[in-house]
Amino acid sequence: MARETDATPESTAGAIPSFDVTVRIRRYDPEQDESPHWEDYKVSVHGTDRLLDALHIIKWEQDGSLTFRRSCAHGVCGSDAMRINGRNRLACKALLKDLDPSKPITVEPIKGLPVEKDLVVDMEPFFQSYREVMPFLITSGHEPTKERLQSAHDRERFDDTTKCILCAACTSSCPVFWTDGQYFGPAAIVNAHRFIFDSRDEGADLRLEVLNDREGVWRCRTTFNCSEACPRGIQVTKAIAEVKQALLTRKV
Amino acid sequence: MTAVQSTPGPAQAIDAPRSPYRRSKPTRTNFELYAWLFMRMSGVLLVVLVLGHLFVNLMLGDGIHQVDFAFVAGKWASPFWKVWDLSMLWLAMLHGTNGVRTIINDYAERNGTRFWLKMALYVAFALTVVLGTLVIFTFDPCPIGADIDASALPSFCPAR
Ligand code: HEM
Ligand code: SF4
Ligand code: FES
Repeated sequence: MARETDATPESTAGAIPSFDVTVRIRRYDPEQDESPHWEDYKVSVHGTDRLLDALHIIKWEQDGSLTFRRSCAHGVCGSDAMRINGRNRLACKALLKDLDPSKPITVEPIKGLPVEKDLVVDMEPFFQSYREVMPFLITSGHEPTKERLQSAHDRERFDDTTKCILCAACTSSCPVFWTDGQYFGPAAIVNAHRFIFDSRDEGADLRLEVLNDREGVWRCRTTFNCSEACPRGIQVTKAIAEVKQALLTRKV
Repeated sequence: MTAVQSTPGPAQAIDAPRSPYRRSKPTRTNFELYAWLFMRMSGVLLVVLVLGHLFVNLMLGDGIHQVDFAFVAGKWASPFWKVWDLSMLWLAMLHGTNGVRTIINDYAERNGTRFWLKMALYVAFALTVVLGTLVIFTFDPCPIGADIDASALPSFCPAR
């Protein structure tokens, strides 16, 4: 199962160690299977390979029916969040050598969203709550003829939450979201936070009202799973706490 | 390739991909905000009340061996301990009941189950709080009356 590389012999000589890993994937084909099941794949990989590379080898060389999402392959688009060794990560940011290759590496779809096939879940419930927090600039009055300027200090206030790539790793790691899928979830709150604390935005009250709901921020139990899962390092639980604070004091 | 379109099977059991998801209706009240705040404030008070209660009952004096009917009667002779125990009863019951309400909301899968579990919870809450409050306010270790058997009264009662 060794891959062909176009590197010259000089550069490969002892440069990157290669090793075998077993990737244990939760497979589900709604056309064939009653329920999901595990399947093992053995691949030979390099020390610089990420789980996404291993999935590519499996799909391209062993079993073309394996289904998963990916687009940018560099941690920017948020397509390939999956449950890897029991933790939500981006397959394109998970280096195989960091995942303990001596044991089978388990790969499952993210939890709490309906599985469509293999590692692909239906993201619609996730995006539905995202849309409900109105993740766009709300202003009144005349449109300015130039940029809406903002001080560096005002920008700093919501800098952390601008980094979200909507991968759903946080929301699908939250045990409250797993229970009934009704909780807005950390990602929707992060993206509400991004506008609530933006000095140019005037829709904070509307968004706070949405998140004051029974399914809003008050369902958060500060489990910190979201903060641990976020591949962008966003301090998600802190952002949720700031929204709670804003609701309690009615001050942004 | 075309088989993908026509094969029937368990796929029928899954919602069509783009069907709208049912979200619960917005509530538009501050109830959950106040419930959240109450859990934290009652928690702070409960730390003081419960630890104080345990310390006085189990550490001071003869410790665990002192707790008998007379000990309780002695404590409830003072309005201070009546207020203490009453606060502890109400705060712990409201706090615990709201906590279990949260858990029922999380884990009950059907609306009917959720409703009846909560009803059972609220009935248990009401019974405990009413009974407890009644006992704290009407407790009298030495009841007086014609139909009372004096020999059954505790030794410290004057009627004995
Ligand atoms: C010793 C002082 C106590 C403190 C500081 C305290 C604090 C808290 C806090 C802050 C919460 C909310 C957790 C969250 O929203 O994530 C909570 C939940 C809860 N508390 Fe307490 N509490 C105390 C005593 C009690 C007592 C005496 C009871 C039982 C009567 C109780 C039963 C519960 C239950 C059932 C929950 C819900 C758990 C959950 O949300 O998963 N607590 N407590
Ligand atoms: S907050 Fe982090 S984990 Fe959640 S959707 Fe955004 S990038 Fe993904
Ligand atoms: S493929 Fe784009 S984030 Fe991983």
